[in-house]
Amino acid sequence: MTEDVILKVITRFLVPFIKLYSLYVIAFGESGPGGGFQGGVIYAAAVILEKIVYEKKLQKPDIFASLGVMIYAGTGFLCLILGGYFLEYNVLHNNPATGNATGIFVIEVGVAITVSATMITIFNELTAD
Amino acid sequence: MIIEFILLFIVFIFALLAIVSGDLTASIFFLSGFSFLMAVIWKWLGAVDVSFTEAAVGAGVSTVFLLAVLLKTEKNEKFFKGFNLRAFILTLIPLVLLLYSTRYMPEFMNPENITNHHVIQRYIEKTIPETHVPNMVTSILASYRGYDTLGETTVIFLAGICVVFLLRKL
Repeated sequence: MTEDVILKVITRFLVPFIKLYSLYVIAFGESGPGGGFQGGVIYAAAVILEKIVYEKKLQKPDIFASLGVMIYAGTGFLCLILGGYFLEYNVLHNNPATGNATGIFVIEVGVAITVSATMITIFNELTAD
Repeated sequence: MIIEFILLFIVFIFALLAIVSGDLTASIFFLSGFSFLMAVIWKWLGAVDVSFTEAAVGAGVSTVFLLAVLLKTEKNEKFFKGFNLRAFILTLIPLVLLLYSTRYMPEFMNPENITNHHVIQRYIEKTIPETHVPNMVTSILASYRGYDTLGETTVIFLAGICVVFLLRKL
């Protein structure tokens, strides 16, 4: 789409940092602002930026959108199997609080996967010919 | 306090300009500025997570989506027919009702409000011993209100599927 050297160099420099920051937002969502949703959107923004500037052809990310929901619901069913209620993370670990923290982290990752995959899918569909 | 009023006034101007401007590209950028200023206001009110989401989704990704849509249509608004009395009255009624109902809103930042008494105290006291998660917003969203967030995630997934269905004309 573009032959602008400045755009290409700046994008190549920025995209890894944006992606790393999105991972940080997902992982750090328990202790500070952020979480799966915001981190997923930032990751999708980095991928979309790459796509706009480099005209990259993306693989279909549709399957990851369902994978994230499956991780979330699967955590709920895992809690059921381990003897708790649906989405009762206490049973995931001997220490209930640690189990809760683990469950929260896992479902945040699921949310992040769903959100970023959905955003990229929507952008793909909007710009497809 | 004065800064809040100035910010809200600029937000109001941006929203008005986004509606009135006939150039759709300009409207999109007014909306983006609107979202960015709203993020500043959320931060000012102490809602850091909401501010983060507004900045990432409202000012960032949705602007790109709208611009991508604009590539497929024309750049100027077509149907802008002056003043319409019936539409004016129809929008005036909800406006009056909403303004009337603000009289019964709880006072801002008052610790005696009913919303600050019910279940919120349990969250504040039990979040750290029960979940080891310092950010209370995350613990409420993901653990105490896990069903809601599961529904939200499913809704986002469904939205993506619907866009695919609509645009591929399956």
